[in-house]
Parts: sequence; structure tokens; C-alpha cells
Amino acid sequence: MFKWRTDDFSWVDFTIDVLRVIIVLGVVIGAWNTLSSGRISLAQWVNLFAAGLSQGSIYALIALGYTLVYGILLMINFAHGEVFMAGAFSTVFLAEALNRTGFLNAQPLLAILLMIAFAGLVSMSVAILLERIAYRPLRGSPRLVPLITAIGASFFLQYTFRGLYGSGFKAYPGVNALQGAIEIGGISIPVVQVFVFCAAIFLMLCLYWLVERTRVGKAMRAVSENKEVARLMGIDIDWVIMFTFGVGGFLAGSAGVINGLFRPQGVNFYMGFIPGIKAFTAAVLGGIGNIPGAMLGGLFLGVIEAIGPNLVLAGLGIPGANQLKDVIAFTMLVLVLIFRPQGILGERLSETKA
Amino acid sequence: MFDKRLRLIGVLLLFSMLLPKSAAGAGCDDPLGCVEVGPNEPIVIGAMLVVSGAVSYLGEDSLGGVELALLRRGEELLGRELELVLEDSLCTAEGGQAAAQRLAADEAIVGVIGSSCSSAAQGAIPIISGAGMVMIAPSNTSPSLTNDNIDAGGSHLPGYFRTSHNGLMEGMRNAEFAMDILDAAAIATVHDGDPYTEGLARVVADTFADLGGDVVFEGAVNKGDTDMASILTEIAVSEPDVIYLPLFEPEVNFFAAQMQHIAGLEDVDIIGGGAAFVAGFPENTGEAAIGLYVSGPKVSGEAYDELLAAWDEEYGGTPPSGYHAHAYDAANILLDAVATAAVEADDGVLLIGRSAIREALAATENYPGLTGNLTCQEESPFAGDCATGTALAMFVITEAEVYDDNWPPPIAWNFETEPDDQAGD
Amino acid sequence: MNMLRAENSRSILTLGLLSGAFILFTGAVGMIAAFHEREVVDDVISLGQLLLLLAPFATGFVVSDRLRASGTGSLLIISSGVAVGLLTALPTVIMLLFNSDEYRFLLDLTLKLIPFVAATYYAWQQYRIGSDQRLIIGSWLAIVVLIGIVSFSFALIFEIKGDLRSVLPNISRDWVEVVTFDHPKELMTGIATLLLVSAGAGAAGSFMVLVPPIPRQALLYGLGVTLLVGAFGETVRLILQENVDRDTLKQIFRRDTLRQDPALMLFIVSTVAGFLWAMFGQQARQGFANLEPSRRRMVNGVGLLIFAGILLMLPWLIGRTLSDVAVTIGIFVLMGLGLNIAIGLAGLLDLGYVTNYAVGAYILAVLTSIGPLGRLDGVFTFWMVIPVALLAAMCAGFVFAVPVLRMRGDYLAIATLGFGEIIGKLAISDWLKPLIGGAQGVQAIPKPVFFGTELRNPEQLYYIVLVASLVTLFVSIRLNNSRTGRQWMAIREDEDVATAMGIDTARAKLLAFTLSAATGGVAGAIFAAKVGTVFPNSFTVFISINVLSLIIVGGIASNPGIVVGAVVLIGLPELLREFSDFRFLMYGALLVIMMIKRPQGFIPSKLVSHEIRAGVNAKAAAAAAN
Repeated sequence: MFKWRTDDFSWVDFTIDVLRVIIVLGVVIGAWNTLSSGRISLAQWVNLFAAGLSQGSIYALIALGYTLVYGILLMINFAHGEVFMAGAFSTVFLAEALNRTGFLNAQPLLAILLMIAFAGLVSMSVAILLERIAYRPLRGSPRLVPLITAIGASFFLQYTFRGLYGSGFKAYPGVNALQGAIEIGGISIPVVQVFVFCAAIFLMLCLYWLVERTRVGKAMRAVSENKEVARLMGIDIDWVIMFTFGVGGFLAGSAGVINGLFRPQGVNFYMGFIPGIKAFTAAVLGGIGNIPGAMLGGLFLGVIEAIGPNLVLAGLGIPGANQLKDVIAFTMLVLVLIFRPQGILGERLSETKA
Repeated sequence: MFDKRLRLIGVLLLFSMLLPKSAAGAGCDDPLGCVEVGPNEPIVIGAMLVVSGAVSYLGEDSLGGVELALLRRGEELLGRELELVLEDSLCTAEGGQAAAQRLAADEAIVGVIGSSCSSAAQGAIPIISGAGMVMIAPSNTSPSLTNDNIDAGGSHLPGYFRTSHNGLMEGMRNAEFAMDILDAAAIATVHDGDPYTEGLARVVADTFADLGGDVVFEGAVNKGDTDMASILTEIAVSEPDVIYLPLFEPEVNFFAAQMQHIAGLEDVDIIGGGAAFVAGFPENTGEAAIGLYVSGPKVSGEAYDELLAAWDEEYGGTPPSGYHAHAYDAANILLDAVATAAVEADDGVLLIGRSAIREALAATENYPGLTGNLTCQEESPFAGDCATGTALAMFVITEAEVYDDNWPPPIAWNFETEPDDQAGD
Repeated sequence: MNMLRAENSRSILTLGLLSGAFILFTGAVGMIAAFHEREVVDDVISLGQLLLLLAPFATGFVVSDRLRASGTGSLLIISSGVAVGLLTALPTVIMLLFNSDEYRFLLDLTLKLIPFVAATYYAWQQYRIGSDQRLIIGSWLAIVVLIGIVSFSFALIFEIKGDLRSVLPNISRDWVEVVTFDHPKELMTGIATLLLVSAGAGAAGSFMVLVPPIPRQALLYGLGVTLLVGAFGETVRLILQENVDRDTLKQIFRRDTLRQDPALMLFIVSTVAGFLWAMFGQQARQGFANLEPSRRRMVNGVGLLIFAGILLMLPWLIGRTLSDVAVTIGIFVLMGLGLNIAIGLAGLLDLGYVTNYAVGAYILAVLTSIGPLGRLDGVFTFWMVIPVALLAAMCAGFVFAVPVLRMRGDYLAIATLGFGEIIGKLAISDWLKPLIGGAQGVQAIPKPVFFGTELRNPEQLYYIVLVASLVTLFVSIRLNNSRTGRQWMAIREDEDVATAMGIDTARAKLLAFTLSAATGGVAGAIFAAKVGTVFPNSFTVFISINVLSLIIVGGIASNPGIVVGAVVLIGLPELLREFSDFRFLMYGALLVIMMIKRPQGFIPSKLVSHEIRAGVNAKAAAAAAN
């Protein structure tokens, strides 16, 4: 007979160990094959890594919205990808208008700031409305109920914006100041990637400051710790929750603009769905509810996606390796969760949160 | 709300069961039955397109083409009003099947324009064909749809026609272009997991290899990918002369735009498939699109300009994809076939034989469509293919398309007419 | 006659403007123009116009009902209805002005004024309650800047673009035509017509309040039935054409549109029926309640028998098209019952259920296909493969369960979501293309053959699904009451406590995942046989989401709930097909509304709703909400 128990040696542990070994072996062998063949040069690896970091920082910005809301309400705001879309889609028109007037290239920094503020505020309004209409009435219901509401809201928002702005693809205009590349030791990195990474890091630092150093941040932490006690302390919980949604929305909207500078094409009503799922994954990877975790998870996911297929899958001789980059990403996710079931930086889960 | 509905249905059912059922089709000797159109009734055309989901612009594009074709005739045929019934076939086999069930249940429908995606067609054809209807696809390209050899993966059934180019035809011509005109020795192909792009990429790779070329890279991205850096790096390492890229928007835009950042791909040409033959593509991609080749139907001249003007008038802007002209032609040959097949009975009833429509469509020969001369063929692997490839052209995108809203772009190369395509002459 | 109370006039204002915003929204997303193409009653009213009338009518009714409850006189009630109607039209009227050439400057002006007006209003409110002066000035500035960024940006966009339509394509000529009731050229006449019609509808709504309850109920019932039949004309026609001969059908429907005379007849019949129900319905229900228990059981038994009969006869009653929908619903019932074992019973949030569905479908496809990928030359039949698909799905469920046994809650959810994505990507990949066809999928899957009859139509496939669902239902009910079932529930409630009580949680969870996977495999196999081809793009995360949603909407851990959930969530989009472009918009909105109105699901399982509500965080959150 097998022993099933998990508290001493067990069959399950053994299987998981085998799985770990297989995955790690696959990664090592694939990477070894690729690196030893030397097909891809160091400069190319650095380029891929940099692109991955930029992509990852956008995931991280969206992931922060998931994590903030989760930290306070313990709910997955599945419609958060649509909040991102709302800002990105609306701002495409502003970007076009600014480009047409010439302001975008005359004062790129100001124009981008204006766009970020605009997108942030639009997404913020959507997020706050979402909370007010769809989630607030459901506070205190079983945990899966708001999840379904969020899925419904996600459909609703997608098709609303499709109805409002049409279904065709739009694109952000190019910003001249962000063209070109920076040369560091023979490796050239596009300026836009540097800008995207820095902008995202800056926004995250702002958020960190907001949560850790301000009064409203203190209130947010108090509410996420214990709503009952926070209420007794005189904190207006409804307002704090609304504020949290607003901050998450603002970050998602600004991520929309930053994404638009980095990957200008493909702006349409459906653009939020996949980044939403990726960002959700990133948030969980980092340990959901944990702000630095979301950042780390986003960057990790971005980098894995960028270098994983070429490094591992191509090395294993799998055709169409890039098609399977999500397989790499999710396998890494499962691997991380096997080692650390609470995510990279997450706290150990007690039964109250699980 | 629901119990009310149930009650209502119950009442209606009871009411209806009292009425006798009668057999239909007096005076019709068509083996597949007839569509009877009473004196004041409209002639109904079905459309089965992708209306919701990520690629709904494809359906919007084709629907516009069909509607404009009806509009050009004043929404009238044989003195009857023309009516269009639209079903959402999504872009999946089951969506196609569900839409086909609905359309097949409507006896008044003379024929169907659709589907948008080949996978939806796979689900729909057995039902549409079984109902005796015809289906003319404006944007299916899968070779299997017109191949009737099951062992080779074929799934053609009678009643299926298409005005879009068979992937075999388009792919072969594109590979020839790469080899003969661009003088490429090595090609890389990329698809996105869509049956359409995968099929084209495979045909191009096979043809290119048959012609003696070297296929150095066959890869794929996912729908929804925005980051193309890793596949571009792999391609750069393989050192192709030309990349064959039959992707849709927005992946094709990302691909073209990000190519600029990758060292080693500066002198590599890109050939886009019909999916990139869209007015919005150059504009959305920016300067990176300049110099790209895009294969598409040779839609130029006055008739097409009129269509574009009508589009702007009716919907505003330009069509969101490159299949509206195929859809326009599809609607026109269907309406012509209906006009040929229709017989006016004594009592003012129009009898339109279903097999007569099929025959009339199959007999379409050298119809001067927007997408070239259409001749519907009957021999597998082109059974039901009405686009002969004579009008396939390779366009090159210039600054005018990127910055000045010019469309269509200048033709880089016009595919020569092959002798067997003129067999009908 | 008494005066309006302050709260009443406020409710007129807010509700009126809300319904106005609703009308403007439906116009801006293109609903009104698109729905105008569909006539509800031939040559009388289109769906778009109905929408324009229904909003002020319903709002007028609701507002007046409130007024009457607070004892307002009838004249004031009617005039409040008029006011609601005018308010409902107001946003649309403003948008019409913005859209016209002469008054476009108003748009710019309004957008630039909004931040100042809003900020000043807020500051005035603050001033009235005596806030600190610095705070007032600060908040005034903040609001001006925040709203100003958005509204000045919009002003810039519209100025550069030149007109509304290039940003909002659905503020189109068609829309103008509908909302001005065919006066697109004479704008002022159009606006006047809109205001008049809307005010009339509002007044009619409030008039309904004054009608005595019984005739009112009858009238509303008759109106509702007629309009619903008209609005869902296609579905009704599909059912009718099974049972009525063609000529009669043509007299009732012109294509999918209800003709005038039948509509009138339907209205009269349903009003009379509604009247009778309003008069005697209460009595009938009372009578039933007063019956002896044995009699009542008999009545219930007869009802059940009729229900079973309908279930058996369903394909004949509803025809081929709707049978096709019924088969799809059945496939989702199967999956719902399966996933319920993991989610409902054991509390394991599995977002990767599509894995099992895909495994089942591909197993059937590869084993039975007569095309190039089915290398077995059709040796296997559908019936032989069903158990294989079931076992394969169970194996898949087992294999994927092992690595996630230690994960909890949302970590489990995202890991299983990942498995779903992995399977989808593998199915589409070039890597496995030689085996399962990659992007091109597997074609030429033969239909099941039952004693020499090929079951090619949905009417026939329906019975396969029905039998499979009944078997699963039976197993599921047995499981629910078994020892294992109780172990699962213990794990669902508290895993740590369950372990402490000596339950082998690893074994129980593995069992839950494995059993839950089984029906997914069968559902996938039936799906593949039904469609006849398998494409990888059928196996997306939306399948998992749909199955999860139908469980929650129906009522978690409740078997009848799952059936109802499947009928609603899978049937609804099919029913909404008539609203083509907008079906997912409406589906999303309905999902949100359903969850808010019935968070416990349509048919909640009594046990679970207690248990889940008692969760620690639920308590805390409830306390917070109070």
C-alpha cells in the first residue's frame, strides 16, 4: 500500500520531488544546449533580458492593482485587465490629438505626463465605478461570488468600450525623443525600454511611499490587517477601499500609456485580457497581497517570457519554441509554488486567507 | 421573467398544436427543394460571420462588403426586397455549427455568405450542405475546405464556395515571389497558431523548399503576444533573406515594428499575407511598415474606389480588414446565381431551386469581380474555389500609406496568369 | 393636494437622470441604432424605439410608486412621470446638440466648464457644513485639476478630430434618426418629438401606478408577454415552425417579426390570462398549500412526471436549432457536475477545468477520426472511446493534482489556470502537430452509430447527453452523501482541522480532482463527436470560466442549481443571439446583476450557504460593510 499522508514520508512528496527534478533537469539541459551551441550572442541575450524587464515592469504595474485589492478585500478583481484597457484605449485618441498639434514631439515629457494623468484618471474612474456598482453590494458574500461578478464586469467593460470606440485596432504615435538606442559597452538598448523601466519603477516607488509613509497608506494597511479594528479606530472603510481601487486603477491606466509607448500597436477593446491574466499570474507568483512581491513577480514573469523559449525550449529541440512561452512561464510558476506555496515574498498562509 | 416565458411558450404550443401541418413545395421539381418567395416577401440572404471576440473586425469588414453589395442593387433583386440575416459564428468550429443550425432552420434563406474563419466553416459546412444551401466564404483559406479527399485531410462538401484565395494558391504564389523576384535563398516562416496562418506558412515553406530554396526557420507566436523580441532573435540567428509573415493585426504590427530593434535583420524583407492587407496596418505600424510586401487581391481601379467611398459614406473611415472586397464579390455572385435560378410561378410566387443555385454558382465564369475574374472550379483540390489567383498581387507599402492614408498601395508585382487558370476560356 | 417632499424630488432627479444616462449609454455603444433594425411588432415599434420608451416608462412607474407610498396626489404623480420622462431624454438631447453642426461649440464649452462647476458645487457643500476654509480652497483646486485634466483632454480630442463620430463611431446618423423619431434634418423638431414621446412614456408609467392592482398586473403582464415574444421573435419562430404549418406561421410572423393582428391577439389573451392569474392565482396557491400531504405529493408527482415527459420529448418540441443549444447545455451540465466535486464539495478552486475537456475531445478525435490523423482506421467507435476518454481525463486530473496538493486558495486557482493554458498551448503547438494536428486540429470525426442509426442530428445527440447527465447526477448525489463526501466537506471548511481530525487530506483531494475530471472527459468526447472536428482554439480559459460561473450562478454544491446555471449561462447567450453585437455586453451585465440580486445562486444548497457565510473573512467583511 502507498502511504498517502503528507506529514511524514509519502508518495506525494516523492512524486513532487521527481517532478522538480524533471523540470530542473529540463531547464538545465535546455539551457546548456543553447548556451554551448553559442547561437545567440551575449549582446542578444542582454537585449532580450532588457526587453523582458520592460515588459515585466508593465505586468508589475498592473499586478499592483490586483495585489492592492487582494490585500484589502481578499478578492480577485478579474476585471482589472479591462481597467488597464480603458485607460490605454481612451488615451490613444489624446495621443493622436497631441501628435497632430505637434505638442507630443515639442514637449515629449509634458505630453507623456499629461497622457499618464489622463489615462490614470480614466482608469481610476472605471475602477471606482466598478467597486461602487459591482463589488460593494457583495461585500460579505461567499468569496467566489465577487469573482463571478468580476468576470461579468470584464465582459461588460470589453464590449462597452468596443461599442464606444469601435472594434478596429489603433496605435499610439511614435515619440521622437524615445527613438534610438543607448550604447553601453557595445550593447545597444532602445531608449524607450529604458524609459519604460524607469517610469514603472518610479511609479512603484511612489506607491510604496504612499502605502508606507502617508496617513492614507497607514489606513489602507490597517484595513487590510483587520477591518473591524480599523473601523473602531475611526477609519472610513468604504472610503479606503474606494481609494485602493482608485490607486490600482490609476496604476493600471498609467501602465496603459507606458505600454503604449513601448508597444504602440494593437490598441483595441480586447487588449486588456491577456495582460490581465499575466499580471494576475505575476501577482500570485510574487505572493498575492504583497506589494514588492507583485513588482518582483512581474519582472520575473517578463524576463522568463523573453528568454525562456530561446534558452530552454530551443535547446531541447522543440519546434515552434516561442509558441510555448506561456508553457515555460506557467511551469516556472508551478515550480515556484511547489517550493514556496505562498509565492516568492508571500506570507505563510493561515486558514483565514486560504 | 423565466417562468413567464415558459408559460408563454406553453400557451403558444397548445395553440399551435391545434393547427394542421402541411407538406411544402408544390410546383417545385428541384431535387434539393425550392425557396418559395411570395409576392410581397423578401429574398433572404444569410451571413455567418465573426461578430464578437478578438477578431470581430474580420466579421465587421466582411459584413460591410455584403451590405454594400446589397445596397448597390438598391436592396432589391427581381423586384423583391433583399434581407440579410446575420448569425455570429465566432471563430470556432462549434460557433460555426451553432450559427449554421440557426441559418439552416430558416427555410427562406437562399444562401449564406460566410464564414469568417476556416475553423467555423469546418463546423458549419456539414449542416449548410445537408440543408441543401450554398455557402460562399469571403475569408476562408484552408486548403482542406475545397479538397474532397478525406485521407488527405480534405473536407469539401457540395454547396461550399469561396471567393477568398485558397491557401495553396496564395502560398505557392508568395513562395514563388520570394524565390523569383526577391531572389531569396533562405526563408523564415512565422504563424500564430491560427489554422489560416499555419496553413499558409506551411504551404510557403513546402513550396519554397520544392523550388530549391532553404527553409531556415519555422516558428510561431501566440495570438495576443506583444513581445516579438525572442522570436526575432531566433530568426536573426538563422539568417534568412526573407521572412514570410501571414499574421493578423496586431501581431503583424508588433512583429514589423520590433524588427527595427533587432541587429542582423536590417536587410531582411518581409512578405505579409492577406491578413495584413488592411488600410490600418501601415498607419498603425508606422515607418517600420515602409518597404514591406503584402499579398492581396488586386483591388484597384474605379470600382474599388467607389466601394471605399461608399464605405466611408455608410460607416465612416476605412474597412477594418482586407476581405470586404471578397465579401462584396461573394454577395454579388450569390445574388446573380439566385437571379439565374429563380423561376416565377403563375401566382406571383418566386421558386428558387436550391440545386439550381448551386449549379448557377458552379457555372460562374469570368465574373468581373473587384478581386479579379472569378471562375468557380469543380475539381478537387480546388472544388468550389472561385478565386483563380489571376488577381493575386504583391503590394509594397510606401510612405504614402503610412502617413497619408493612401490605400491600396502600389503593386510591386502582378502574378502572371497561369495557363490552367484560363482553362475555362 | 400636497407638496413634493425633498427626498421625493431628489429621487425624481436621480432616477430620471440615471435612466437618461442609460439611454445615452445604449445609444453611444450602438444598441439603439442596431436594435432599430429589428421590429418588435411589424410596422408599429422597433426594438430600439422600445428601449427609448421603456426606460422612462419603467422609471416613471418606480418613481410614482414611491410617491404614492408617501401619499402624493394623482396630479402630482402624473406630472412627476412627465418630469422623469423629460429628464430621461435630457442627456440624449444634449448629445444631439453636441453632435449637430450649429451647436458643436456647446460641447467645447461644457467640457471646459465642468471642472469648475463640479469643484464649486463640492466647495459650496463643504462650506455649508462649515468645513475649514483652507480645506475648501484646497479641495476646489484639486477637483479643478483632476477633472480638468480629463475634460480638457476630451475637449482637445474633439477639437482636433472635428466631430464626435470619429471618436465615438456609434453617435451616428442612424442613431440620430432613431432618437429624433425620423427627423434627422430638423433638429429642433426632432428634439421636441423626443422630449414629447419620452414625457408621454414617463406619464404612462406613472399612470400605471394609479390603476388598481389587479388590472394593472394583468396589463403589465400582457404588455410584457407581447413585447418579449416580439423581441425574441427568432426563437419563438424556431419553436413555432416545428409545430405550425408554414402558411399559418407566415400569418403570425413576417420573417422574425410579430405581425400586428397576432400581436394584438397575444396581448389580449395574455392580459386576460394575467387577469385570471391575478384574481385566482393566490387562491390556487392557497388551495395547494391546504391540500393534505398525500394529495400534495400526488400533485407534485404528476408535475414531476410531466417534467420528465417534457425532458424526454424536448427535441420534438423545440426543433433542431434549439436542440443543438440543449446539447451544448447538456455538455456544460456534465462539466458543471464534475467541477462541482472539486469546487462545491471539496472547496478546491480549479480554474483549469478545460484541461479535462480537451483531453476527452482529443482522445475521441484521434481514436475515431477517419482522416489522416486517425491512424486506427475507424476501428474504435464512439461507444468504445467514451470510457477511454473518461479514464484519460481521470489520469490527467490525477497527474495535474499531485503538484498542487499543498497549494491553497488563490495559489491553487492560478496554478490550475496555468495547467489549462499549458494544455491549450500544447494542443496548438507545432511540437505535437504530428500527433494531434496542431493548429489545423483533427477533422473527419464520425458521428456515433446506435444500432445502425447514425446519430447525426442534435435531436439524437440530445439523448446521449441526457443519459450521461442523469448518470452523473446520480453518482454526484451518492457522493454527496458518502463518507468521502463528508471528508471533502471537512476539507472545504478547514483543511488544518480536517488534517487534525485524522482525515487523509492528500488522498481526499487527489480523489476529488480525479473524480471531478472524469465527466469533463466525457463532455469533451461528446463535444468532439457533435462538432465533428476538433480545433485547439475551442479549448480556452473561457471554458473553465464558464463552468465555474454556472456553478456559482446556479448555487454552489447544489445539483439542481448547476442544471439551472447551465441553462441560464449557456442558453442565455444563445437566446441573446438576436442581439448579435451586444450579446456579450448584455451577458456581462446580466451576470453582474444576477450575482448582486442572488449572491447565493438560483437554487442554493442550504448547507453550503450557511457554511460559507460563516467563514472568518466573510464575517469581518460583513462587519466592515455594516
